Amino acid sequence: MSFDLSVPAQLTAAFLPDLIVMGGAMLLLLWAVWRPESERHSRNVAFGALAVCAAGLAAVLFMWNRGDTSANGAIAVDQFRWLIDVVVLVGTMMTLAIGIDFNKRMGLHAAEMHVLVVLAASGMMLLAASRDLMLLFLGIELMSVAVYVLAGIDRRSARGAEASLKYFLLGAFSSAFLLYGIALVSGATGSTNLVTIGERLAAPAVAASPMLLVGLALLLVGFGFKVAAAPFHMWTPDVYDGAPAPYSGFMACAVKAASFAALVRVCIEAVGPGFERWHLALWWLAAATMVVGNLFALQQRNVKRMLAYSSIGHAGFLLVAVTAQTNAGAAAIAFYMIAYTLATIGAFAVVVAMNEGKDGPVEVADYAGLWTVRPGLAMAMAVFMLALLGFPLVGGMGFFAKWYVLQAALQAPSPQTKLSIILVLTTVVSAGFYLYVVMVMFMRPRPEGAVAPPPAPRLTRFVIAAAVVLILAFGVFPSPAVKLARASAAASFVPDTAAHRTIR
Amino acid sequence: MRGLLTAMHYDSWILPVLLLLPVVGAAVIWFFRPAPHGDEREYGESAMPRDIAVGVMILEFVLSAGLWWAFDPAQPAWQFVIDLPWLPDWGARFTVGVDGISLMMVLLTTFLMPIAILGGWTSVRHKLRTYYALFLLLEAAILGTFLALDLLLFYVMWEIMLIPMYLLIGIWGGERRIYASIKFFMYTLFGSLLMLVAIIVLWRYTGATTFNYDKIMAVAPVSGAASLWLFGAFAMAFAIKVPIFPFHTWLPDAHVEAPTAGSVILAGVLLKMGTYGFLRFAIPLFPTAAVHPTVRMVMLALAVIGIIYGALVALVQTDIKKLVAYSSVSHLGFVMLGIFAFTVQSVQGAQMVTISHGISSAGLFMLVGMIYERAHTRMINAYGGIARTVPIFAAAFTIVALSSIGLPGTNGFVGEFLVLIGTYKVFPYLAATAAIGVILGAAYLLWALQRIIFNPLANPENSTLSDLNARELSVMGLLIVVIIWLGVAPGPMLRRMEPSSTKLVERVMGTTPAPPAAAAATVTTDSLAR
Repeated sequence: MSFDLSVPAQLTAAFLPDLIVMGGAMLLLLWAVWRPESERHSRNVAFGALAVCAAGLAAVLFMWNRGDTSANGAIAVDQFRWLIDVVVLVGTMMTLAIGIDFNKRMGLHAAEMHVLVVLAASGMMLLAASRDLMLLFLGIELMSVAVYVLAGIDRRSARGAEASLKYFLLGAFSSAFLLYGIALVSGATGSTNLVTIGERLAAPAVAASPMLLVGLALLLVGFGFKVAAAPFHMWTPDVYDGAPAPYSGFMACAVKAASFAALVRVCIEAVGPGFERWHLALWWLAAATMVVGNLFALQQRNVKRMLAYSSIGHAGFLLVAVTAQTNAGAAAIAFYMIAYTLATIGAFAVVVAMNEGKDGPVEVADYAGLWTVRPGLAMAMAVFMLALLGFPLVGGMGFFAKWYVLQAALQAPSPQTKLSIILVLTTVVSAGFYLYVVMVMFMRPRPEGAVAPPPAPRLTRFVIAAAVVLILAFGVFPSPAVKLARASAAASFVPDTAAHRTIR
Repeated sequence: MRGLLTAMHYDSWILPVLLLLPVVGAAVIWFFRPAPHGDEREYGESAMPRDIAVGVMILEFVLSAGLWWAFDPAQPAWQFVIDLPWLPDWGARFTVGVDGISLMMVLLTTFLMPIAILGGWTSVRHKLRTYYALFLLLEAAILGTFLALDLLLFYVMWEIMLIPMYLLIGIWGGERRIYASIKFFMYTLFGSLLMLVAIIVLWRYTGATTFNYDKIMAVAPVSGAASLWLFGAFAMAFAIKVPIFPFHTWLPDAHVEAPTAGSVILAGVLLKMGTYGFLRFAIPLFPTAAVHPTVRMVMLALAVIGIIYGALVALVQTDIKKLVAYSSVSHLGFVMLGIFAFTVQSVQGAQMVTISHGISSAGLFMLVGMIYERAHTRMINAYGGIARTVPIFAAAFTIVALSSIGLPGTNGFVGEFLVLIGTYKVFPYLAATAAIGVILGAAYLLWALQRIIFNPLANPENSTLSDLNARELSVMGLLIVVIIWLGVAPGPMLRRMEPSSTKLVERVMGTTPAPPAAAAATVTTDSLAR
């Protein structure tokens, strides 16, 4: 059915999964502070959080299966939203699982961190659902504030505190940009609804107004910060490095997935491909992000910083698909997000498994000769690295993700050939640091006297195994994921031809 | 023989089996913990994986040998085709098949694989399970590259091959193995990703429906700037792999640092993936770009530069393995010269050089590995006069070196001769220049031969070297048999290559080759066959 959002019952139905996760988070918060901090309590709360996410996931799948839609209200009810919700919730559950093991090893017993993860997830779901700039801002803030806290949740760690503060200050700054941009755009177009904005932009007078242009520029800056696009990426390495590993992984994938979902919606529904200045800005953002992320990653010798720059590079690859501004681009992003989330969370899970309970930089050199002592872990990490590189078969789904983005870019009405070439060349550069990790693990000898890292804890091992299996399975037969991604984009956005109104 | 094979429905299962068998073998090796085997004292672990691997590889060769008889030389179309759905959303299919060009490549691969393992039997002494499993995966990936008739499948196989080779060089290689392996990987990746973009563009021309080779050939842009750009992207990927002159710097590093069996496969088979790529994809898909005067002259000039440059650099090497590596640059220059001369003879000659270089460079690398295992040095000046202590080794080395030089009666002669006369018809000066490369080839190899095997026995350590044992002797014997056989009777092989070569030349030159050339081709072929 098509939901009428002015009817409370239907509004509730359209919001069902979000309400479950949000309400669950509230209850969890009460439960978390009910008892004094202890390892057992923290673990129980974490399992509660997993249950809430599972319930949310079930609701998402239920809604997806029903195939409801909504008229162009503030809340989008479409398959694209559900697919992003699934990616976010699966990423969240994996984060919670490795978080349990990580906190045990680190001796962190604050139960509320699991609640914060769920709260952040509900913010992300809101982002995926928003077809209105106000709702979008709400989602971004809900997500970001929870993540700021997560970055500094280890109260004994000065690095964590630094990361948290840095993230908070810069994040607040960027939120101000975003909000200002929203104000100007809605002032120029008279609406905060994305579809309405899109319609109003068809009028040349509106499209040429300086207020709108400034507003859009500010909007793009805000988004650039959230997805870590160059030149708004400076916070990423420090924050990922200082934050506890599971939450760095969470920032790298779930936060990014949700922010990209919102950006795609803005780029397809509001500021269509005909709007050349916006397109040009996206083009340069994509090119700069790919180059900066991949080049700077080359000189990192710290695993988490390397993964941070790699995540910037991937933001650039995703922006290539955004630049296409087509349904195929949206489908490519959805597909890419599945692959990228699995590989990134997997890589951070390996970092968690390698952690021996000390706080400090994780050097690539610590992985030397890992293959000789923990072959399973080393092979899993190699799969994740090759997946991020986009290598076929052994890198599994990563290849098809990159391939999907490339073909979306080349199939766009104005083929992005130059951007594709940049993508390909920066991918070659990225081989330099992904292979470096593989090389260190497999080819460097284990240092004299170095003890083998402890065996991976059970939940972490499960997460790693699940990620590897999914990546490899989709790497041979990507069709189910392709169908989902394609169907979700096709059912959610207007067909490409109609979207190509030319606005100058 | 043919009737027997048909009765077995050989043509309907052989290619998937060839691809699948090594993968199964690798899985068995990886997951199967062998029982104590009696060689733990020597290796610290069971050497059973080696036996399994070599068994699987010999089985592969036996199975693939049937292709030789089952293949119908009169037919230029694909044979043994298997076509299965793979990615319905994008139209990629699992399509494999064989024609005269790929047939020889497949046979060369399945032949050299067990030979390489047997030749480097004792050279690897740790982590045997992974080593042999990787070799089997490598075989599957190489065969996949030669068999694929679907461009996406080809690309996937082409890339996959990198991983086992990267690990083989990086884990079991020599001192500078890490540098060499990364360089090898990055060079190839650079070229192949550009090719990926070109493949996507080609796929767009089909309306994003198929990657099938024949269908893409039908729609590939036959002229214009697009054709040149696309040709460039493909040619880049293959030129790095061959390698053509300015892109060759990864080759000496990788060849020298790789373990013996790895070098054998690198020189014997992997380089041929590049020339195969030219023959199969870059040229037939973009014929106008390939005969574009500038493109053609650049490729020919680079080929000749490669021939002379490779030979000159080989001349001054002090390390035997490096000398053999640079000789590859020179020989592959002949292949490229033959291909871009575009006469039936030269193209056939190019394929013949491909095969014979595969055999003789494999032999040379193996001999270098064998003597290295004994004396632990590859420096030429550490040897001298070892014919007195290891006469069988010396004899084998001499025969293989002569075949590499291209002595009439060995395989090396047939290919280079065909390339030179084929090229002479269209580009006499280039052919004359390339002929200097043959002379230089004789110079560096004979000089090396003299310094290693003859001369006085100066180094006393060499007086206690042991000669080739039965295993090594039988491996080298097999190679030498092939060297002589191809040198004396290349007819059957040339006959199988001819329809595909003619088809290629026709496609490129637009018409059937001029009658005199065709007549001359048959004359040479026949005279060589006799």
